[in-house]
Amino acid sequence: MSKPGKMTGQLIKSLFKKPATINYPAQRSGMAEGFRGKLKFNPKLCIGCKLCMRDCPSNAIVIRKVGEKEFEAEIDIAKCISCAQCVDSCPKKALEITPEFELANLDRMKLKVVFSADTGDDTQEKT
Amino acid sequence: MHDPGEVKIPIGPQHPALKEPESFLISLHGEKITASSVRLGYNHRGIEKACEERTYIQDLYLIERICGICSHSHSTCFVQAVEEIAGLEIPTRARYIRTLISELERIHSHLLWLGVAGHEIGFDTLLMYTWRDREAVMDILALLSGNRVNYGINTIGGVRRDIKPEQKEKVLKAIDILEERTKYYIGLAQEESTILERLSKVGTVSRQDAERLGAVGPTARASGIERDVRKDDPYAAYAELDFKVITSDKCDVYGRTIVRLGELMESYSMVRQLIQKLPDGPITIKAPRKIPAGQAVSRYEAPRGEDFHYVRSNGTEKPDRVKVRAPTLANIQAVSKMLEDGYLADIPIVIAAIDPCFSCTDRLISLRDAEKQSKNVVTWESIRLKGIEWYKKQGIDFTILNKKLAESF
Amino acid sequence: MLKAIFSILVFPGFLFLFIFSFVAEYVDRKLCARFQNRIGPPWFQPLADFIKLASKEEIIPLEADVTVFKLVPVFALTASIAAILYIPIGGERAAFSFNGDIIVVLYLLTIPTIAYFLGGWYSRSVYSMIGAVRSLTQLFAYEVPLFLCVLASALLADTWSLSEMANFYNHHPGYWFFNILGFAIALISLLGKLEKVPFDIPEAETEIVAGVFTEYGGRLLALLRTSLNIETVVGASLFTAVFLPFGFNLHHPAAIFLLYLVKVFSIIAVVTLLRSLFARLRLDQMINFCWKYLAPLALVQVVANLILKGILPR
Repeated sequence: MSKPGKMTGQLIKSLFKKPATINYPAQRSGMAEGFRGKLKFNPKLCIGCKLCMRDCPSNAIVIRKVGEKEFEAEIDIAKCISCAQCVDSCPKKALEITPEFELANLDRMKLKVVFSADTGDDTQEKT
Repeated sequence: MHDPGEVKIPIGPQHPALKEPESFLISLHGEKITASSVRLGYNHRGIEKACEERTYIQDLYLIERICGICSHSHSTCFVQAVEEIAGLEIPTRARYIRTLISELERIHSHLLWLGVAGHEIGFDTLLMYTWRDREAVMDILALLSGNRVNYGINTIGGVRRDIKPEQKEKVLKAIDILEERTKYYIGLAQEESTILERLSKVGTVSRQDAERLGAVGPTARASGIERDVRKDDPYAAYAELDFKVITSDKCDVYGRTIVRLGELMESYSMVRQLIQKLPDGPITIKAPRKIPAGQAVSRYEAPRGEDFHYVRSNGTEKPDRVKVRAPTLANIQAVSKMLEDGYLADIPIVIAAIDPCFSCTDRLISLRDAEKQSKNVVTWESIRLKGIEWYKKQGIDFTILNKKLAESF
Repeated sequence: MLKAIFSILVFPGFLFLFIFSFVAEYVDRKLCARFQNRIGPPWFQPLADFIKLASKEEIIPLEADVTVFKLVPVFALTASIAAILYIPIGGERAAFSFNGDIIVVLYLLTIPTIAYFLGGWYSRSVYSMIGAVRSLTQLFAYEVPLFLCVLASALLADTWSLSEMANFYNHHPGYWFFNILGFAIALISLLGKLEKVPFDIPEAETEIVAGVFTEYGGRLLALLRTSLNIETVVGASLFTAVFLPFGFNLHHPAAIFLLYLVKVFSIIAVVTLLRSLFARLRLDQMINFCWKYLAPLALVQVVANLILKGILPR
């Protein structure tokens, strides 16, 4: 049984429905909670074991000692694949993954994010 | 004797019909194909070698990124081989979650294929509609695993994320919507006359030829060969599920469409069974970092066919040898047979009907010495030495660069 | 003399068609997007495409024949614009008319297809040559039903001039209804002439890259795309004049023009619906379809009109 133009009903109905696409970036639809985006580092919990560095598939995280029991983390967003293996490997739960995914930048140097050892805020420049 | 009416036309490596680079050299007489030849290798990235330089945990993520569409297939196949060498028995809940993600991936891959097939025959409307429906599955996968592709849900010894009860509700709701839309597409495929005209009697390969050329997956099942790793050699939770293996005896592209649509309906029923039967328990067991020496072979039914991994370990943190045989490599032999006596206009849909994923395919097979016409097996060490010698002859010496690289590590 | 130059350059000639073609392309793309449940491009998209293409460099292959390569878009554009001068825009008088101008209009609308063939053949690239051969083969399939249906409508009016035909149908309201079968067949053939799915075989993107237009780029491609859009508008105007000539006895020129716009946009909307519904046919399937179904039905329409001409009062 061959009927040409079987999709006509669907096409006409779609004229009166809301479109399935949105005008990005004027409108944004968020991602599901638990989406893996940018990393966050809590320096107060870090003990400097460097297990995260050992397990990272792309060598994106570097933990540096800046004082007695004080560590800062430098994460290269260009290399990070947001797999969150470091979050699982950390024995003290010092790393956390956030749903922020709009991380593009025109300057490659700005993609190396340093989480300072005292406040845990990230600065976008490499010091 | 060169036929004056014959034209040689290259399809690829860059061509709008191909989603990934591949070279087909087609000889045409008017619109009819007289000969075709295939050349692979444009997507070779050295993944098997890269696996030997990384630990098993890092390899999980590398193997997952062999392909974007069948990423969970490669990851699960690899992790099953490693767990077999280490002798780990993963908990039942982890097996069920792996199977759930695997069926959701099959749904997303088949819906993607429907859209691509529509685009290859010029039916852009079907592309837009199927990819709109596919967003429902992508949102569910993002909810369950944290990413829309490359889910990263496997770890050695189980899975990394658990499923909460409210997520189960959302999954069932999405499956209901998708089942209704798939029934519409099945009706469309059976009745729309332009689809029937373009897909029937195109890309025919008989049952004997399909067996002889080693076709796997929906390509083989559309020629009547009832072969499915989920039934023949069950892994994960498939032994406890109730499902049918869909075959068709049409042997052409239309048969492959019907097989994939049927598999979609079976996947919906399997997802419902999994959600209902999900047992309680832990989701992972502790796995050692150093895997004891041994070797294992693992098979998996990816959306495109049978995926095959071989892993050999030597007691350290890094594997000794990893070999990947993707399903498209088995199916590509059949493409030359399918293109015989075809038309130029059929080439895109015939290639798309085996659901090619050339990123999965390109691995090292064997070296053939062109002068001596003999095959020999070379080791990594001899290739490396040959390379160093060749560059030295050109006047390039790598020892200084090597020293600098060694210092920076 | 001044009136002639005004007709050729401004209305209904070059400037009017130029702007109208952008509007027609926008309507086509937006409607197609809404059918596919997406938002679609903004209103200035066709103009932006034209400006972007016009500002890019043209790369001409070494083996191509440069003169033919560069002249083809000009020929295609000129032929389509010349055709509108004989078609009545609403109203009863075209800018120029004489007995036999319907044949001239049909001939002028065939010239772009031949021009595309020459452009593709002289580009000397494999894809363009295959596209060129396909476009001529397709010409033999859809041309006959199209001509027969248009001429059937002219037969009923007993004249070969488009303006006289408009006059005849205005004085005999309801006679255009006898041409409905011809209208349906001609719409399907129009899809072939404008190279839209299911008959966009010469420009099959997934099979032969871009067919005839593969080697074109820059200003030449901008002119080619504009000529395709103008061909759409001229084809739709021809169909309103031949198959939908009812006037509702309006006299105000603005009202007549508005009615013409409504008719042309409805034809463009139907063409867009048809192109979103189907997959692309293969060349042999298309020729089969046209000669097995369209051509006999067109003959039926011609014979019916001949009989009706004898029966109906003048």
